[in-house]
Amino acid sequence: MEVLAAALVIGGIGMISAIGLGVAAKVFAVYIDPKVVEVDEVLPGANCGGCGYTGCAAAATAVVKGKAGPNVCVVGGQECAEAVAAIMGLSAEEGEVGIAELGCKYDVRKAHLLFDYDGIEDCRAAALVNGGGKVCSMGCLGFGTCISACQFGALYRGADGLPAVDKEKCTACGACERICPKGIIRVQTPSRKFTHVQTDDDCVAPCQATCPAQIDIPAYIAAIGRGDYEKAVCIIKESNPFPLVCGRVCPHVCESVCRRNDIDEPVNINHLKRFAADFEMNSGKRFLPQVLPSNGKRVAIIGAGPGGLTCAYYLARMGYYVKVFEAMPKPGGMLLYGIPEYRLPKKTLEWEIGGILELGVELECDKALGKDFTIEDLYEQEYDAIFLAVGAWDSRRLGVPGEQDFPQVASGTEFLIKRGLGEETPVGSDVIIVGGGNTAMDAARTSWRLGAENVYLLYRRSRKEMPANDIEVDEGEHEGIKYHFLAAPTKLIGTGGKLDAMEFLKMELGEPDASGRRRPVPIEGSESNIQADNVFSAIGQSPDLTCLDAEGVATGLNRTKWNSIVAADGTMQTDVANIFSGGDAWRGAATAVEAIRDGRFAARSINLFLMGEEMTLPSNWYAKAPKLPGIDEGIKLDTSERAKMIELSVDERRMNFNEVELGITEEMAKKESERCLQCGEVCYQGYREKAS
Amino acid sequence: MTEYLLLVVYAVLVNNILLAQFLGNCPFLGTSQKMSTATGMAMAVIFVLTFAGVITWAVQWYVLVPLELEYLQTIAFILVIAALVQLVEIVLQKTAPALYSALGIFLPLITTNCAVLGVAIINIKEDYDFANTVVFSFASAVGFGLALVLFAGLRERFALSRMPKALQGTVSGLITAGLMALAFQGFMKLGG
Repeated sequence: MEVLAAALVIGGIGMISAIGLGVAAKVFAVYIDPKVVEVDEVLPGANCGGCGYTGCAAAATAVVKGKAGPNVCVVGGQECAEAVAAIMGLSAEEGEVGIAELGCKYDVRKAHLLFDYDGIEDCRAAALVNGGGKVCSMGCLGFGTCISACQFGALYRGADGLPAVDKEKCTACGACERICPKGIIRVQTPSRKFTHVQTDDDCVAPCQATCPAQIDIPAYIAAIGRGDYEKAVCIIKESNPFPLVCGRVCPHVCESVCRRNDIDEPVNINHLKRFAADFEMNSGKRFLPQVLPSNGKRVAIIGAGPGGLTCAYYLARMGYYVKVFEAMPKPGGMLLYGIPEYRLPKKTLEWEIGGILELGVELECDKALGKDFTIEDLYEQEYDAIFLAVGAWDSRRLGVPGEQDFPQVASGTEFLIKRGLGEETPVGSDVIIVGGGNTAMDAARTSWRLGAENVYLLYRRSRKEMPANDIEVDEGEHEGIKYHFLAAPTKLIGTGGKLDAMEFLKMELGEPDASGRRRPVPIEGSESNIQADNVFSAIGQSPDLTCLDAEGVATGLNRTKWNSIVAADGTMQTDVANIFSGGDAWRGAATAVEAIRDGRFAARSINLFLMGEEMTLPSNWYAKAPKLPGIDEGIKLDTSERAKMIELSVDERRMNFNEVELGITEEMAKKESERCLQCGEVCYQGYREKAS
Repeated sequence: MTEYLLLVVYAVLVNNILLAQFLGNCPFLGTSQKMSTATGMAMAVIFVLTFAGVITWAVQWYVLVPLELEYLQTIAFILVIAALVQLVEIVLQKTAPALYSALGIFLPLITTNCAVLGVAIINIKEDYDFANTVVFSFASAVGFGLALVLFAGLRERFALSRMPKALQGTVSGLITAGLMALAFQGFMKLGG
């Protein structure tokens, strides 16, 4: 009887509770997307919070709302991602895969010396005591707080005392990044890398800090050293989609700040880059990056030069629809029409651009802004943003009497563009080039290849001040170009429309001018003549913005007094919010690698702008390359010989446009990569060996 | 009024459910690593404990006592509390989505929190009337929250300081809990 009563009471309470719950569930039913329930069911239900959402149900909601990808769960692995993807009708491959990466190389010993004394054994505490970021000279503090923060056991202490990542176990949950007080360990995805702009907080080697494109140079050299050329190419393309081009024509300012300069000769960075890029081309297989699923936004790019194509490349990788409009018959801009075949073969350039177009970038040639379409037309075609990179195609005139009278007088760029278009450009036996930049060198060396007997190059300052790459000046000398330094043209002389000679004045160097170079001053009465069949002037280029002149083409865009487009450095945004600019059109005639930088920065800003996010750069970004310390005094490092580029002999170059530089061999590349000191901001391999 | 005030002081400080009664130690150690987790848990406990105190009081006096089945107290209370937590979750999700997402995963965890059952049973043992039950349940939960938040604050500091390996984690947690309990003992003499 007692038992029955007890059972009835408990059963009764249970029944009432059950009915109450049932009624409540009915009355207070909240509409839940059946998809959320489905997704929730395939998630592991661990409620670990590793994904950053409060529990699996919240994560499921985020997936259905499109805020998280199918790979949201950090514990479920591929199987779970595929199950979620199946429910959502997505491909599990589409999301970007992240991995924790350590942004520090050395100095953890130094950190121990400093911080053990304080009795601290946690990175956050040490950073509180000594400041965060890169304010103190060391990077990783080495207490391993990130290791204890990792729920998945993916971090361990490597042999060098620094945390190391087990790539199999890392789930990109970001716990290590959140706990690291110095921003050293970060979860990296390709898009996070290629939209990154260097700041004081980054630990970068002098070469990387100086490279306009901000390529992670030590990383790709290390990859070459390991023989992982594909990885090397991928690292380069996180900052620069033109390794074949830059490996050939880049002025490589990185090498001038290489710490090896303090020991012997800089690492041959540029030719290592070319080696890796050539490896990709010669392998016949493109190392195509992941392209994120379409986000439905459209971007128009005007100008298919290095800047425009770089911007297109990164936007395409982020899932934008990108269309590039080009006024000339072929893409490439000045890379194609300005740089001669013997420096950059057209086929090589074509292959590189092909890799960009293969990501789904659309290209329309023979479409000139201002002539065939206006900015308004682009808005009508529902483009959300525009990148204006029309280059600097206008060249400065000599401004001497007789310049207009002879058809044999032209600008260097006109001459080179004609060649680029495949037209005949015969030259006589005596050719004079005026100017000291790379265009002048290109015109001179091209004339020599076309059969000119005497090629003279007049420059109003001395050789030291020549803006052309040193290698160009040296090679020109080998090819027999006769340099006349400290000389300026005054008159062109001829009869009946036929040019005979050019008169020039000798100069001397006076006081330094605004550019810091000594100003050339003419010497009175020093006129002399050189015989000339052709004269090419290459004394400066500027943007040709006549395309923007017509009514309604570009309302609201402002220009500088140098006739370039006004845009903010860093964000590349013009005075019209959704128009961005960069490259030569913004900075005036400059190098390809600088245009590539602008293109990547613009892609970053356009992405943030169209996603409605803040695009202002942190105040400590590297607008200008910082000056980093060299090798400490008293440190002795082994010297070694720099790899020498294999070249055609001078005789082999005459009367043809075969590529002069042939590349370096795999063996040379491996050896050269060992010369790299794998620097950080203040540290380098030599220091490490010394300390250990 | 003074009676209730004394009851609050008694429940929060003198007879703190965690540090004097040592009930609810699993969430005390489990959710005290981070301050944000600790506050979330504290809020959820305050919410559920107040409701549970009231309902179990009703079950005791209107079901078990009239039927002379007081010996079923434990099992009946567990059943009621479990159902209650579910009910609260359902109602909250509909009526207060913001609160629901803030309390998040803590609500279902409380189903198995012995502090809830403990307070329910104390209410009966002490022969509290309805008003006293409400005040005592609420105040006990506040005491739980206070201890948990204080403890989490200490443990966050521990994470940043040098400590012998053998003492790290739960070990130092338990020692600290003991010291905190001693400190709370000091309230025994409060008010004479």
